[in-house]
Amino acid sequence: MIVAISTDVRKYYPVRRGYLRRESGVVRAVDGVSIEIRKGEVYGLVGESGSGKTTLGKIFLGLIEPDHGRSEVRTDRVQAVFQDPYGSLDPKMLIGDVLSEALILRKETKGMKARCAEALDRVQLSRSALNKFPHQFSGGERQRVAIARAIVADPEFIVCDEPVSSLDVIIQLQILDMLKDIQKSLCAAILFISHDLRVIRYMCDRVAVMKEGKIVEDGPVAKVYKSPSHPHTKLLLSSALEVSPRI
Amino acid sequence: MKMRVNKLAAAGTVFIALIAVFAIFAPLIASHDPAGMDTRSVLSPPSREHIFGTDPLGRDVFSRVLYGSRISLSIGIIAVGLSVLTGIFFGSIAGYYGGKIDYAIMRLVDIMLCFPTFFLILAVIAMLEPSIYNIMAVIGLTSWMGVARLVRSEILTLKERDFVAASRIMGAGGSWIIIRHLIPNAIGPVLVNATLGVGGAILIESALSFLGIGVQPPTASWGNILMDGKATLGVAWWVTVFPGAFIFFTVLAYNLLGEGLRDAFEPRLKDRS
Amino acid sequence: MKKNTLEVKGLKTVFDSWQGTVRAVDDVSFNIEENTVFGLVGESGSGKTLTALSILRLIDPPGKITGGSVMFGGVDLLKENEVRLGAVRGNRISMVFQEPGSALDPVFTVGYQLREAIRCHRIVSRGCAEDLAIDSMRKVHIKDPGRVYRDYPHQISGGMKQRVMIAMALINSPELLILDEPTTALDVTIQAEILKLLEEIIAARKMSILFISHDIGLIARMCDNVGVMRKGKLIECQESKLILSDPENEYTSALLKSARALS
Repeated sequence: MIVAISTDVRKYYPVRRGYLRRESGVVRAVDGVSIEIRKGEVYGLVGESGSGKTTLGKIFLGLIEPDHGRSEVRTDRVQAVFQDPYGSLDPKMLIGDVLSEALILRKETKGMKARCAEALDRVQLSRSALNKFPHQFSGGERQRVAIARAIVADPEFIVCDEPVSSLDVIIQLQILDMLKDIQKSLCAAILFISHDLRVIRYMCDRVAVMKEGKIVEDGPVAKVYKSPSHPHTKLLLSSALEVSPRI
Repeated sequence: MKMRVNKLAAAGTVFIALIAVFAIFAPLIASHDPAGMDTRSVLSPPSREHIFGTDPLGRDVFSRVLYGSRISLSIGIIAVGLSVLTGIFFGSIAGYYGGKIDYAIMRLVDIMLCFPTFFLILAVIAMLEPSIYNIMAVIGLTSWMGVARLVRSEILTLKERDFVAASRIMGAGGSWIIIRHLIPNAIGPVLVNATLGVGGAILIESALSFLGIGVQPPTASWGNILMDGKATLGVAWWVTVFPGAFIFFTVLAYNLLGEGLRDAFEPRLKDRS
Repeated sequence: MKKNTLEVKGLKTVFDSWQGTVRAVDDVSFNIEENTVFGLVGESGSGKTLTALSILRLIDPPGKITGGSVMFGGVDLLKENEVRLGAVRGNRISMVFQEPGSALDPVFTVGYQLREAIRCHRIVSRGCAEDLAIDSMRKVHIKDPGRVYRDYPHQISGGMKQRVMIAMALINSPELLILDEPTTALDVTIQAEILKLLEEIIAARKMSILFISHDIGLIARMCDNVGVMRKGKLIECQESKLILSDPENEYTSALLKSARALS
C-alpha cells in the first residue's frame, strides 16, 4: 500500500547575479524525482549537501510547492522530525503544550493528557517533563521531545530530516534504536533523510541516492550498499569507508 | 529567564511602583480636594498645610500632582497599550503573510511616518475635543509604526524556524501560528519599546496639556499644572518645579526600566579587555 | 627519551555564567612528543576545543584560564606577554578550525589573507609573499592556485576553503599544528580528500600535531596517542593501538561500541 508518492517533481530556484539582480540561471534543487514510499517501510534519502534531499522532504510535507510534477501523500496523519533540536521546539511553550498542540490541531482532544504522557514514556522521558521548558533539556532530550510530538497523534507517515546529525554518537545510537522500535510498533512509513551513509544503513529498508536534484540510484539498502551501480554511489561509499572504516 | 540585577533599572522599577501607589491611593494620600480653591492662600509657598504650595487659583499643588499622576499615567499606559496592539496586529500580518499585504502595510507605515507626529496630534486634537479618551486614542494611533516594524522583522526571522514548520505540518493555520508561536517569541523587543514608549507618551500628554489642548482644567494633569504655573514662574516656582520634577523622574524611571529590559533580552556585547 | 613539543600540566579553564561556574577544562595534563600526532577525542561539550584554545590563550571573558602551565619551547605560554604570544600564534603554533570559512575574512581575497599570514611574522616583499602563498596552496593540492589566490572566500567551495586554511596554517612551518574537527563540517567525499591530505602531512613527520575530533575511529587511525575527554576531564590517555583493543575507561568503551555499531 503506497503512503506517499512523487511524480516527476521539480523545484527550481532562480539565481540572481549582478547589480540589477537579473536572473542568470536556475538552481535545480529537485530535478524530476519520482519515488514511492510504502506503508511500514523506512525509506532513506541520502546525498551530500545541496543534493536536494531536504527540499524533496519539504515538498512531501507540503511546505514547498513544486514547480512541476506532483507529490501526493495518501494520509493526513503526517509528522516531521527536524535536524536542529534547538530550533524545532517553541522556546516559550511547555513540553506538555508542545505535545498537546498536535492533538488540538487535529481536534482529537479526548484523553489528550494520557496520550501525551504515553508519548513521553515511549521516548523514555520522565512525565515531569510535561511541565518544563525546552531550554531545561539537552539536545538529545529535546530531540526525544520532537519525536514524542511526532508520534503523539499516531502518524502514518513521518519525515525525518537529519534527526540525529547534530547529536553525539552515543546519543545518536540511542535515538536511532528508539526510532526503530517506535516505527515498528506504529507501522508507520518513514522518509529518512541523511547525509550519513552509516545511519542510513542502520535505519532504512530501501534507499535512494540523490545528486544535484536527481535520483541516481535506488533500491533495497543491502543491495545498494553491497553492489552499487552508479558511480556517484560508489564514490559516496568509498569515501565513507575511508573516513570511517571498521574499527 | 533570570535577570542580572541592574541597579539603575531596579531603581527605575521602584520609582514606577511608588508613583503607581501614589496614583492608586491618591484620594487617601491627598491633603486637599484637588479642585478646591482656597482664595485666601493663593500662590502660597510650600508650607506644612500645603506641602507643595498653592497655585494661582489657590488649589493645593500636592493634591493636584497626586491626582494628576492618575491622569498622566493612565494616558501614558493606555496610549502605549493601544499603539502596541495596533503595531502587533499590522506587523504580524505583514511579516507572516508577506507579498502584497506586507507591501501595503509597509507603505501605510511609511505614509504615517511622513507626518511629524506631534503636529499630527495637534491637528487631530484641534479637530476633535480634547477629552482624555481622545488624547489616548490619538497618541496610540500615531505611534504604532515603530512597533509594527519591530514585530514584522522579528516575525520574518521567526517564521523560518523549524517549530513553525512543525506546526504548519500539524495543520496550523496562519492565525494560530501568529498568536500561539510568533507573538510570544517576538514580544521581547516589543516590551522594551513599549516601556520606553510610556515615557514618551507622558511627555506628549504633558506638552499637549501645557499648551492648553490636552487635559482640560479643573481635571489635573501634570502638564496642565505646568500651564497654570507658567505665568507666575518667577514668583511661584513651586507650581512648576514639582509637577515638572514628577514628569522628569517618571519618564527617567521608565527609560531606565526599558534599557534594563533591553539588556536582559538582547545579548550584550562584552567589551574585550 | 624523545623531546616533548608541548607539555600541558594541570590546565584549568572556567566559564562564569548565570548558571554558575562551569569547569570547561578541569585539570588536564598531557604531553605531545616531537613529530607525533596526539588525538583529543570527546563528545560535544567535553572541553576538547577549549583545551586547544587555552593552549593558545584564545579564551575571552566570561571564560578564564585559572591554572596550570603550557610548556612550549621551554617557555610557559600561559605566563608569556601578549607580544611574544603573538609571535607564536600562526607562526610556531597554528590552528585549523572546524568551520571551513570561519577564519577567512569575506572582504579580502584569499591571496591577501595568505600574504597577511606570512607578513605578520616575517619581513618579505610582496612579490616574495605571493610566491610563498601560491607555493603553499600547491602543497595542499589546490589546482590552479593562481586563480584561487585572486578569489574571495565566497567564490570557493567548502573543501577548497579548508585546504586554504590548512595552507595558511602550514605557511610558516609551525612546530605544532592544531586541527579542531577539520573535516566534520564537510561532505563525505570532500572529507575523504582532506583526510588524505592530512595523512600526507602527518607522514612527512615534520611537525607535531594535536588532532581534535568527536570520531574515535578517526582519531585512532590518524594519531599515535589518544586522550579521551569527558566533561572537562581527561579520563584516559593511551597509545592509539591500545585504546582500540583495551580501553581502560567505561566511557571510552561506550564510545567505541557506538562507533562500531554504526560503521
